[in-house]
Amino acid sequence: AVLKDGLRSQVSAALKEGQVTPTELCQRCLALIKSTKFLNAYITVAEETALKQAEESEERYKKGQPLGILDGIPIAVKDNFNTAGIETTCASNMLKGYISPYNATVVQKLLDQGAVLLGKTNLDEFAMGSGSTDGVFGPVRNPWSYSKQYKEKSVPKSHSEDEESSWVITGGSSGGSAAAVSSFTCFAALGSDTGGSTRNPAAHCGVVGLKPTYGLISRHGLIPLVNSMDVPGILTRCVDDAAILLGSLAGHDPKDSTTIQDDFKPFELPNLTDISKFSIGIPKEYHAPGLSSEILALWSKAADLFKNAGAKVVEVSLPHTRYSIVCYHVLCTAEVASNMARFDGLEYGHRSDKKDSTESMYAATRREGFNDVVRGRILSGNYFLLKQNYEKYFVKAQKVRRLIANDFMKVFKSGVDILLAPTTLTDAALYTEFIQEDNRTRSAQDDILTQAANMAGLPAISVPTALSERGLPVGLQFIGRSFQEKQLLTVAKWFEKQVQFPVIELEEVKRHDNGVFQHQKSSFS
Amino acid sequence: QKVSVEVLDHLEHLALVDFRDLEGVERLQKAIQFADQLLEVNTDGVEPMDSVLEDRCLYLREDDVTEGNCTKDLLENAREKVEEYFLAPPGNIPLPKLEE
Repeated sequence: AVLKDGLRSQVSAALKEGQVTPTELCQRCLALIKSTKFLNAYITVAEETALKQAEESEERYKKGQPLGILDGIPIAVKDNFNTAGIETTCASNMLKGYISPYNATVVQKLLDQGAVLLGKTNLDEFAMGSGSTDGVFGPVRNPWSYSKQYKEKSVPKSHSEDEESSWVITGGSSGGSAAAVSSFTCFAALGSDTGGSTRNPAAHCGVVGLKPTYGLISRHGLIPLVNSMDVPGILTRCVDDAAILLGSLAGHDPKDSTTIQDDFKPFELPNLTDISKFSIGIPKEYHAPGLSSEILALWSKAADLFKNAGAKVVEVSLPHTRYSIVCYHVLCTAEVASNMARFDGLEYGHRSDKKDSTESMYAATRREGFNDVVRGRILSGNYFLLKQNYEKYFVKAQKVRRLIANDFMKVFKSGVDILLAPTTLTDAALYTEFIQEDNRTRSAQDDILTQAANMAGLPAISVPTALSERGLPVGLQFIGRSFQEKQLLTVAKWFEKQVQFPVIELEEVKRHDNGVFQHQKSSFS
Repeated sequence: QKVSVEVLDHLEHLALVDFRDLEGVERLQKAIQFADQLLEVNTDGVEPMDSVLEDRCLYLREDDVTEGNCTKDLLENAREKVEEYFLAPPGNIPLPKLEE
């Protein structure tokens, strides 16, 4: 079935040979988005513009002049990237109705290569959260909640009300993007990763989540959370696809001065068979409190996999790991306090009706526009930035950041090529359980394994590894050296091949699209 | 060690965001408590890190005008405007002080 094709090189070949047309592909994806609406993965579906882009792509294929491998490929973009003419909300009341006047650089790059933008995906408000549950458009549901694998293991065969309360979260904050890729509504999606926001939902939704090195991909047009840590993230169904997306997005952008100026050469991943030249580090501090025994076992099994294949596997130490979440908390809230200052109602976004004074209008606008999570972080951030607290908290956190980054440097200098660690502490939680704790507590718990890579600016990728006892995906992550994405992805691809993660069996989807899939089966067998 | 009302008031003025209720204030208290763990770490002789790219030169482009003339597009998203101005209510009127 075309939609299930992880290897976009297969789809691209199909498009080139005319076995399927861009408009057919686009229409199928749009139909699937409609039939999976209950997932709440999309905030905006750009149906008209997507079909137009697909038609233009079709013309190019007819002439035998596709723009490249991404021409005609349906993709989705997290709703914190600016998209010209399309509403960009960041899942917040503050930006409801805001129509971007420009495209983020990464969006423009995708469009320039003929990709078809299906829509904007759901997230936690302003990308703050680890569940994709705190946006104004409601929570995103993990497609695996409706999979045969999960239902067999976890859902009692009784009333629909049990079904209603048995759905699990996607993780966050790029949950909508992860769900969109996982449910086959698009071939790839853009997310963002500040503390793990791409890797966390990737792990929970059984897809590949790549966090590139800070400075490799432009942040121009990505509504900023933490300027020194944000990166655009890539979500795909396989590592090869992530490499393709990376190839089309990476490189210096004059509009983002924090992108490095080195030439970036897109690469194709080798089909590595001999892993023995690699040294894999197992950071012992990532055996964090709360790590489920299941994931611990999978992590151990993965380490053995490498060992048995001849790679050098060593235990390493990143001694400041336990302070990384606190450090992140201070730096994140401080930068957030600064970045959120732009939302005052004057130039764009929500504006309160209060007219007494500028300050009262700003205050009311921000009270009405931001949710508790955002407001809480702004206030905390401002506290840490007060003159009397600046040295004690903000500068201190910056020093600890250096210690954390140095920990990684030391390990890589000692000869380790790639670090192997879990991405999350457990498999996806039931929504009803997840919301028992507040956002800050959850984020502090869930970010623990992912955010150190953001602090050090290193590339990291979560690869779906196996299903848990509940029938839900578990991912493991690889962390690499700065700007060594080729090496990182090569190892990730090798691992992906070894584990053979199962394809999701979505029953709801089958019910609605039986005809479509059958038709495809016959054309491609 | 609780945060004083003066500081809470000051924060609301700086952030232009209100605590709204006791829960908001408690949230701040918890955040500070959490951050206090940082004080345990020995950072003697360690320089603060602003950016992971500190060893590189920041890109500076030529001072040439390469884009602009988008006034109309930018004004589209503003709710209140007059001619080519963003319209704001009167300024220099301080917010009322926070009550206990």
